[in-house]
Amino acid sequence: MTNETFEPIIIGFTCNWCSYRAADLAGTSRLKYPPNIRLIRLMCSGRLDPTFVFKALANGADGVLITGCHPGECHYLEQNYKALRRFHLMRRTLKGLGIEPERIKLVWASAAEGVKFAAEAAAFVEEICALGPLQWGKPREEPSHREIEEVPA
Amino acid sequence: MSEKPKFAMYWAASCGGCEIAVLNIDEKILDVDANFEVVFWPVAMDAKYKDLEAMEDGSILLTLFNGGIRNDENEYLAKLLRRKSKILVAFGSCACEGCVPGLANLSPAEEIITTAFHTVSTDNPNGVHPQPTYKAPEGELHIPRLLPVLKTLDQVVEVDYYMPGCPPESHQIAAVIDLVIQVLQGKAELPPKGTVIGAGISTVCDECPRKRNVKTIKSFTRIFGQPLDPELCLLEQGIPCNGIATRSGCGARCPSAGAQCIGCYGPAEGVLDYGARLITAYASVVDANEPDEIERILDGIPDLVGQFYRFNLAGSLLKAGQTAWKPNGGNGR
Amino acid sequence: MTGGNGQKPVEERIGVYVCHCGSNIAGMVDVQEVAEWAASRLKHRGVVIGRDYKFMCSSLGQELIEKDIKELGLTRVVVAACSPHLHEKTFRTACERAGLNPYLCELVSIREQVSWVHTDRVAATSKAKAIVSGGVERVIYHAPLQPLRVPIHPATLVVGGGIAGIQAALEIANAGYPVYLVEREPSIGGHMAQFDKTFPTLDCAACILTPRMVEAGTHPNITLLTWSNVEKVEGYVGNFTVTIRKKARKVNTDLCTGCGICQEKCPKKVIDEVYEAGLGYRKAIYTPFAQAVPKYPVIDVENCIYFEKGTCKACEKFCPTNAIDFKQEDELLTVQVGNIILATGYDIFDARKISNYGYGRLANVFTSLEMERMCNAAGPTNGQIVLRDGKTVPKAVGIIHCVGSRDRNYNNYCSVICCMQSLKFAHLVHERTGAVVYNFYIDMRTPFKDYDEFYQRILEEGTLFVRGKVAEVTDAARLPGEEGKLIIQAEDTLAGKQRRIPVDMVILSVGLEPRRDAKEVAKLFGISCSANGWFTERHPKLDPVATMTEGIFIAGCAQGPKDIPASVAQGAAAAARVLGKIQQREIELEPVRASVNQAQCSGCRICNGLCPFNAIAFHEDRMVSEINPALCQGCGTCVAACPAGAISGTGFSNEQILAQIDGLLLLNIGEEAIA
Repeated sequence: MTNETFEPIIIGFTCNWCSYRAADLAGTSRLKYPPNIRLIRLMCSGRLDPTFVFKALANGADGVLITGCHPGECHYLEQNYKALRRFHLMRRTLKGLGIEPERIKLVWASAAEGVKFAAEAAAFVEEICALGPLQWGKPREEPSHREIEEVPA
Repeated sequence: MSEKPKFAMYWAASCGGCEIAVLNIDEKILDVDANFEVVFWPVAMDAKYKDLEAMEDGSILLTLFNGGIRNDENEYLAKLLRRKSKILVAFGSCACEGCVPGLANLSPAEEIITTAFHTVSTDNPNGVHPQPTYKAPEGELHIPRLLPVLKTLDQVVEVDYYMPGCPPESHQIAAVIDLVIQVLQGKAELPPKGTVIGAGISTVCDECPRKRNVKTIKSFTRIFGQPLDPELCLLEQGIPCNGIATRSGCGARCPSAGAQCIGCYGPAEGVLDYGARLITAYASVVDANEPDEIERILDGIPDLVGQFYRFNLAGSLLKAGQTAWKPNGGNGR
Repeated sequence: MTGGNGQKPVEERIGVYVCHCGSNIAGMVDVQEVAEWAASRLKHRGVVIGRDYKFMCSSLGQELIEKDIKELGLTRVVVAACSPHLHEKTFRTACERAGLNPYLCELVSIREQVSWVHTDRVAATSKAKAIVSGGVERVIYHAPLQPLRVPIHPATLVVGGGIAGIQAALEIANAGYPVYLVEREPSIGGHMAQFDKTFPTLDCAACILTPRMVEAGTHPNITLLTWSNVEKVEGYVGNFTVTIRKKARKVNTDLCTGCGICQEKCPKKVIDEVYEAGLGYRKAIYTPFAQAVPKYPVIDVENCIYFEKGTCKACEKFCPTNAIDFKQEDELLTVQVGNIILATGYDIFDARKISNYGYGRLANVFTSLEMERMCNAAGPTNGQIVLRDGKTVPKAVGIIHCVGSRDRNYNNYCSVICCMQSLKFAHLVHERTGAVVYNFYIDMRTPFKDYDEFYQRILEEGTLFVRGKVAEVTDAARLPGEEGKLIIQAEDTLAGKQRRIPVDMVILSVGLEPRRDAKEVAKLFGISCSANGWFTERHPKLDPVATMTEGIFIAGCAQGPKDIPASVAQGAAAAARVLGKIQQREIELEPVRASVNQAQCSGCRICNGLCPFNAIAFHEDRMVSEINPALCQGCGTCVAACPAGAISGTGFSNEQILAQIDGLLLLNIGEEAIA
């Protein structure tokens, strides 16, 4: 995988009530966005465990998109604020590990915002393309170290 | 029993505290001697690798392996001991999850050597720099090469049991030794492979005597510099105590003594990433809904990776910092 | 060091079904290739059959799955088709028919998420494979679930005794079920009781409302709790326990006959800010209006001379039945109900906020609510439309629409009723005073039955209409003829010029706002409201009276501005929804729920404050937290937050999601197959 032909893989987490429906609406409206993003449906952005994000990044994703209901519009009243707080702490931690915090992004999208969803998905693919591959866990080329096993992903 | 079962203990990338902890079991150490033949334990007795290599595969009943896998010698010994042992225990935080030596995974290997040999804190007037091989008058000498990152024992070989702690509490070690002896005498059965032994399945709060309430955190602070309520949960007082996410078994020693838990017993049962549990739990109870206010509160934890991954970085999902994988900041840029 | 979901040996037998959706999917995704790929490359993951079919949702498509479940012994089903929001139920039901637990089926979307949004067939096909792979990995960890069944208590709590609440209460009571109707004012009736005429028919509000109020007050199935507040709500759909504070009336309602002598004799006059909108007076012991239901007065303790000074007791002295009880205390009632309807109404926009319109500063600027009272024959002016001096009849009147509505400085939304209300005032002013009436509007909105006809009628009556937003109402005369008048400065956007129109009286058609305490009420009942405070319905079109919280319904203006017919319709609709639930006797709840592993819970209490539905209880004795499955709404926030990993959630478990991540990243197949 070289930078010229870099096709990032992005895992997107969506809320069952808003952003997943926004993605549905983007589909029914036949809006177009790049195919690099693969979605997982959660019941709420509050369900998002940082483990999911780290797992995705550790296992080959180049970026993670987190989406939820707009502040004040959470289907479960206020759980998207928990997602917001976790997002901030995750980004800081990733930064501490030397991972560009921009590799995770939080987007609010209501069920009516198919256009916004498609646009945000496309923009995020662009942003990750600009950052380049993450390729986490692939040991760097180190010819002086013979016989070293690859670190298991 | 004509021949006593064989016992080994090895020390890879670790501080040696685990070895001391084994000795700390006091007179119980005599039971070890009474029930086992110690065949390999470099800290306690003279033994050569070639003796170990010469042993029959599977001939050692129990090996307590402490320390992470930092260099090719550690890796070789891990593989060798795995072959020779029936039961291989990742003993202590380093072997289980990397521990403090695992924090070196935030830096590339050369930087570690440079820091050790060529920075102001090192008196090295001749500028000695370690080489993997050295031609001495007596012949060629080899020293172990550093791996790019420190690995946990189970990232290198299959592990039968895990015994967490930095170091494991002596009473827990004694209990495990008792159990193994009981198994030898046919009075007990070994737990299923992969079990974490010598610890609980819950977290430190389970054993912590401090009072606790519904949590909301308005600011984080550090343990010094202010009066603390001696009976109230430390986290509720803004001290980032890791007890909420750290496996029980230590008896909540640190919080009982007025210090926050720093997480040496690792994650609770079934948890995939220790730091993620802390991140999510702390963030969930941060009392703010506005990004700026959230950031202000989070500013109260100065070293996030140290806070969340002091003992667990090598064993975490991400395992290391970016520079350990890619020394130039990576991504071919 | 802990296992997580490695590639454990798979014992499941999985069927993968890829839908063409005619050409909707097949046009962009090579569906046959996806099906064959799943059958071969995911064979070691338990996939025993991969099929593609023109329309999986058709009865033939469903039969295909049912046949395979029976003949191939499938234990899991993955359907790659449209959004689960469309057909998840269809395929779950198909599985159930074939004897497979419906929750062992996973529907993944390759239409909305692939074929409709992508343009490259190769890339789209690769993504479809990844999505199918994610679904296969996820479905391995699906667990058979049973829907939760909870019994429904037949009683209902209706909060708010305006027309919406009255309607809802009557519908349910007439169907034979008990209702508690709680109202915080001394009488039911709400805003409608303050009105004079109602548009567009101009029938008298009291004439149509009071019979309903009396019916609600005397209905054997309705327990009327006025002068009362809901203090606490516990429980869940079918089984709420509600604590209601019955404020002390200081009047023994068993003895009171409602004769009204006490009100007559009470020496203390108080400006009535609520019912009379500040235009009239009431006494310290009062019923808000003559037709109040119930008829019993309340003593306003803050203004009563006895409570202030310790003497007076005029009411007690004159009461023929000794009903006055100064020592009466608040009473706390606990009631059990199965469902709750919130019809808590609205507040009006505070016109003082728009200082350039002069309300509160210029005497003859009135709000629409003041106008309602003034027009009302039983109101402070006996129905005379006069200036603030109480006698001068205006010769010219300006009515300003959209005050506080459709204005980004105040409220963006349209308050729905103001245009019609303004037209009504135009008619009444015209009819009763013969004054010239100007209506200043941005747009005329008269969309419902007979409304536009009413507008035509007002136009024909000679009311003048100026299209434009009023900049200012001032008493500073600049031109001849303006002295002593209120001058309305507005841009006439049709004439394309600024106009200054002198009038004697200005009526501000103020917008509707959520109740000031709407957010606290929403929190109390565990429902959500929009950022400004309107209660949020479950679906804006298809489920307008239900909320996200099972068993709690909304009706009337609490949900958003609306007129009387719409409020009545919503009250009836909410009642119908409640009756539907009562008649089912028990209802099924989605089994997506969280639970705490008690052995692993350390009692750290991180989760305790995270549940807005109060489903998490902490047991001090055992020092563990526990989740009430009937209260749990399944959001999974506590599952994600638990630092001990002690909380798990069905339907969206860690194992399911982590496995789906692996699948989506194609970690489950050989390197060479990664697209």
